[in-house]
Amino acid sequence: MAANEDLNIDRIANLARLALTPEEKVKFSAQLADVLTNIEKLKQVDVTGVEPTAHAFPVYNVWADDVAQAGLTVEDALRNAPEKRDNMIVVPKVVE
Amino acid sequence: MSTATMSSELFNKSIAELATLLEARTITSVELTQAVIGRTQAVEERIKAFNSFDTGDALAQAAASDVRRAAGQALGPLDGIPIGIKDVIAVTGQPLTASSKMLANFVSPYDATVTQKLKKAGAVIWGRLNLDEFAMGSSTENSAFHTTRNPYNLDCVPGGSSGGSAAALAAGEAIATLGSDTGGSIRQPAALCGVVGLKPTYGLVSRFGLIAFASSLDQIGPFTRTVEDAAITLQAIAGHDERDSTSFKVEIPDYRAALKTKKGPWRIGIPKEYFGEGLDPEVAAAVEKAISFYEKMGCEIKNVSLPHTEYGVGVYYIIATAECSSNLSRYDGVRYGHRSTDADNIVDLYFKSRAEGFGPEVKRRIILGTYVLSSGYYDAYYLRAQKVRTLIRQDFLNAYKEVDAIITPTTPTPAFKRGAKADPLAMYLCDVYTIGVNLAGLPGISVPCGFSSGGLPIGMQLIGQPFKEADLLAIANAYDSAHDWARRTPNL
Repeated sequence: MAANEDLNIDRIANLARLALTPEEKVKFSAQLADVLTNIEKLKQVDVTGVEPTAHAFPVYNVWADDVAQAGLTVEDALRNAPEKRDNMIVVPKVVE
Repeated sequence: MSTATMSSELFNKSIAELATLLEARTITSVELTQAVIGRTQAVEERIKAFNSFDTGDALAQAAASDVRRAAGQALGPLDGIPIGIKDVIAVTGQPLTASSKMLANFVSPYDATVTQKLKKAGAVIWGRLNLDEFAMGSSTENSAFHTTRNPYNLDCVPGGSSGGSAAALAAGEAIATLGSDTGGSIRQPAALCGVVGLKPTYGLVSRFGLIAFASSLDQIGPFTRTVEDAAITLQAIAGHDERDSTSFKVEIPDYRAALKTKKGPWRIGIPKEYFGEGLDPEVAAAVEKAISFYEKMGCEIKNVSLPHTEYGVGVYYIIATAECSSNLSRYDGVRYGHRSTDADNIVDLYFKSRAEGFGPEVKRRIILGTYVLSSGYYDAYYLRAQKVRTLIRQDFLNAYKEVDAIITPTTPTPAFKRGAKADPLAMYLCDVYTIGVNLAGLPGISVPCGFSSGGLPIGMQLIGQPFKEADLLAIANAYDSAHDWARRTPNL
């Protein structure tokens, strides 16, 4: 597959919610085409019947006891908020 | 010619030596911490290993350690020892920037589990160490703030992403440091800066409070001056944590005691795939000399094959970028981190905050990761990469039917010059010997094993079996305790 032709940078940047400048689009497209060409080599590997590995040592069904524990105070939790008012985070208006 | 010399300064001693001096009351933690601070103030302008440090806070911790000791309540070998922390690991009340504009003003409201454990062991938490932005890179050149220098040659990179952690230790600006390793980010800079760097088995050390890059690969580990110090530090940070659901419930042995009780001889595997094209001849010669040391001590040296090695970089850059594109979606300018002041609406806020907050390498990886996960490409890239990951893991497990550990070079070359690898693909290929260990979840340690003719450190990598750090450390210690490479210090 010709990966370099496939990478529609506008579509991907939109999915990633990332604004790119025209210069970044040109530069990243070319650089990622190189990387994808290198990655193409994986297509040579016979993976018939091979199970995928998501974690080297998977741990399943980890449960925590349903017990209340001390957490961050409101003040600590909001300490790094870019804008806050009355113990809430302020964002641009989301409904008209 | 080597620029390295031996030094008897306090700031260049090992944890084990300093613990003895502290215990004997020959020195206090305040004196030791002052020596480290003084050294940092003398060399940091040249090294640039730190993003920030807080001398008052460090001296207060040191004074508290001295009070404990005077009261007969010393906490163990780390009590009073200044340990630097990579700036992706949370320390309450201290900055946590990931060397990114995105988090330039973030102050951590809580401690990572490893930070808490070090505090419980009495360590003096010292400074925030530079890295490639969000741990993405192999040279610290991707830091949004500054590039760290290699203490052995200031024109060269210290490696990355934990370049600050490696350089600070080599330069005497800390007694040990913590880093994180996703594809080699502890072992590669350790090799390039002439110190010991350990990446534990995935799941041995809690990731709670570590800024996530690629969650199925990330692992925290120590940089130290000796393998014995790595054992001491690992002892403090290892163990199950219910706040990290991927942390493993395993018994934690006495790692330091194992250095003495486990004496070999061992069966050591040499994978031919790690000694081929692209390997610098001086690096190859140094590692081969280390292998012959093991042979002389009676170890059985066996050729093994890891046939899927050549696919490692491809698999890694699919899986790591996929996971990073997901993990970094949390930086949207809403709850914390950089917020654009130029946005008209909430969606615009996401786009612009991310565009302004992230640097080029992070953007590249988010784009690549989003692409390989996107509809229509998932099976061709991500799922296939996960299957090849299985084969890479099986290669190692097959090899371990015949050998106890594997020795390879840590990096293909010694440290390279700043700016030498401007092309992202060339930079990615530096990780060729380290990423298989992350993909397979294995423990790996880089141990200094020589210097190049240009005076730059060379490291060998020992790869162990899952959760058998005690054996891996014993094997590494057999070499390290018989050589002085790791004990040399740069002329600064």
